[in-house]
Amino acid sequence: MRDKQIEDLKEYKYGFTTDIENIRAPKGLNEEVIKFISKIKKEPDWMLDWRLKAFERLKNLKEPNWQKPKYPKINYQDLYYYSAPKSASDKPKSLDELDPKLLETYQKLGIPLQEQKRLNGIAVDAVFDSVSVATTFKDKLTEKGIIFCSMSEAIQKHPELVKKYLGSVIPVTDHYFATLNSAVFTDGSFVYIPEGVRCPMELSTYFRINASETGQFERTLIIADKGSYVSYLEGCTAPMRDENQLHAANVELVALDDAEIKYSTVQNWYPGDKDGKGGIYNFVTKRGLCKGVNSKISWTQVETGSAITWKYPSCILQGDNSVGEFYSIAITNNHQKADTGTKMIHIGKNTKSKIISKGISAGYADNTYRGLVDIFPKAKNARNFTQCDSLLMGNKCGAHTVPYIKNRNSDSNIEHEATTSKISEEQLYYCQQRGLNSEEAVGLIVNGFCKEVLQQLPMEFAVEAQKLVGISLEGSVG
Amino acid sequence: MLEINNLEAGIDNKEILKGLCLKINPGEVHAIMGPNGSGKSTLSNILSGKKGYEIKGDVKFENSNLLDLEIEERAHKGIFLAFQYPLEIPGVNTNNFLKTSLNAVKKAKGEKELDAIEFLKLVKEKSAQLKFDQNILSRQLNVGFSGGEKKKNEILQMSILNPKLSILDETDSGLDIDALKIVSDGVNSLRNTNNSFLIITHYQRLLNYIKPDFVHVLKDGKIIKTGNFELALELEKQGYESL
Ligand SMILES: Nc1ncnc2c1ncn2[C@@H]1O[C@H](COP(=O)(O)OP(=O)(O)OP(=O)(O)O)[C@@H](O)[C@H]1O
Ligand SMILES: [Mg+2]
Repeated sequence: MRDKQIEDLKEYKYGFTTDIENIRAPKGLNEEVIKFISKIKKEPDWMLDWRLKAFERLKNLKEPNWQKPKYPKINYQDLYYYSAPKSASDKPKSLDELDPKLLETYQKLGIPLQEQKRLNGIAVDAVFDSVSVATTFKDKLTEKGIIFCSMSEAIQKHPELVKKYLGSVIPVTDHYFATLNSAVFTDGSFVYIPEGVRCPMELSTYFRINASETGQFERTLIIADKGSYVSYLEGCTAPMRDENQLHAANVELVALDDAEIKYSTVQNWYPGDKDGKGGIYNFVTKRGLCKGVNSKISWTQVETGSAITWKYPSCILQGDNSVGEFYSIAITNNHQKADTGTKMIHIGKNTKSKIISKGISAGYADNTYRGLVDIFPKAKNARNFTQCDSLLMGNKCGAHTVPYIKNRNSDSNIEHEATTSKISEEQLYYCQQRGLNSEEAVGLIVNGFCKEVLQQLPMEFAVEAQKLVGISLEGSVG
Repeated sequence: MLEINNLEAGIDNKEILKGLCLKINPGEVHAIMGPNGSGKSTLSNILSGKKGYEIKGDVKFENSNLLDLEIEERAHKGIFLAFQYPLEIPGVNTNNFLKTSLNAVKKAKGEKELDAIEFLKLVKEKSAQLKFDQNILSRQLNVGFSGGEKKKNEILQMSILNPKLSILDETDSGLDIDALKIVSDGVNSLRNTNNSFLIITHYQRLLNYIKPDFVHVLKDGKIIKTGNFELALELEKQGYESL
């Protein structure tokens, strides 16, 4: 028994729960709950109205079901929509005021806030279940006029920015999960980089679902004003639970003229056990708007966790000469499923997009790349390059590539390359002959396969991600 | 060091080795020659632990039962195979591969692993010895390497790992005259009273540079003749038919 536990722990080392007192909204999805959330967050009326409008709309929407991975019907009335560690509801003014148990949790996750603060020069905003707990490095950012705070705080302190941009990229009425999020979102991060400012450090958020039967609906909004630059990192983990938990976040990015946003995700939500029991449903809407000329948005994602990953971080290339990039690694093992990709919507002239997708499938897993390249009639001289590579391990898993191309402009240029390969026995033999064990060999080969994407990650993250790639595939070679 | 007794091996119901015996003492260099398809690569695969063969017989390496060990365990114990066809691994930097490999072996032996600086120093020294173009080391492992570069890369790895038993499977095939000389120098520089070599070749030419202690002829899955360097000369003139 003990051995089994140890083995489980080895499989998903973030699978612990933290025993802290929570404040919860009553179970269920209704106006009362939405009012509860809005009230506990001391939101202004316009925010509550916004939520209620979304909720009204939600009543007429249906859950989409065109995706490849199917899942049992979610009973939305049986979830908690707000759960927060009690001690954080009166938000601490500084790290010292944080519940020591929370700090401990972050340490277990490998994000000692204090340490990070000192060593890495990464500013961290941590979202635990539903609320944002601590934002480090505030002073240094404030000096430059950068706003990096929780969404709740932004709603209070920067209503003009929130009003202007919230829902401007993902409309309230977009689709079921996005609308659900708009109605019940609890917290998330808010970033504003003023004109001409280059953010001097990586900004980072860690999300963690701790409480059971809780959905996590965070909302992130990043605005890069003219000529500014920001690199933002997001990491996620969750404890091991038999039930499936829903994570339906919305992330909106807005880049004005000459601005650049780099958004990196390392998603390691609990994937469920070997037999596919439990795990997170990661149904996330991420969209970036290259609003200004010469703006650039780059998504990099390393998706190794979750029972089902269903997301398409996208770029709307509205400004002339704007650039959108999507670099993705999606690893599915055991019974995990992923249906992920991107949409590149070319509206402005000379817009460019690049898509590099690496899907790795092992065990009984299923991995789909689904992407759309949409070139509008006025997007003169638009260019896209897409490369989708799939790697299969064993013969019980699946890989699929579903690229849609809508080209409505004759002088655009679209290139698409796709490959599917298997890790060959010969390659493994070669590595093992040089002293690597089979898991190290797989890790090495897969990291090689993913290299172009890993290279996009900031240094500290790249090392972590490389390890994660190896760990995620443990047990996948016989 | 290595003692093979009555080794039989087959794959997919095809018998390849049919009772092979061979003994290699520390410090010895053995050459194996033999017609195409006689089982030379099969022998090197079995010694290094490749899966998929049905095997009978026993093989002792130092004090252990070689056939019971995993591929990497054999590598840790000092068995090295220079592949007849080295594999390409896209995206994996050659230097990084060499370092990972060396440190895996060191770790298994309980030795201190090398950090990046120590490693680069070692690589620099070894590649200079082998006149190996260092630029190649920053490329993806074997990807786009010429045939000769791949072979030289195998020898570079050998000299970095400094194995006890090196098996060279037709490393000389496809090498130009200069490269042949360099590869031979690489082998000779590792030669000492502890390190042994099993060299598979079709050409007596290589043996001019690496003087073997024994030459064996492998045919129909068995060693049918053993001699010294003279045997290689004889084979060169008369072929295998006469045996
Ligand atoms: N996987 C396999 N399935 C069937 N036959 C095989 C397999 N592998 C090797 N053989 C056969 O076993 C025999 C020995 O092959 P091996 O590669 O050991 O020969 P070799 O002596 O190294 O030849 P060469 O000099 O051409 O390199 C050959 O007839 C080959 O076709
Ligand atoms: Mg051969």
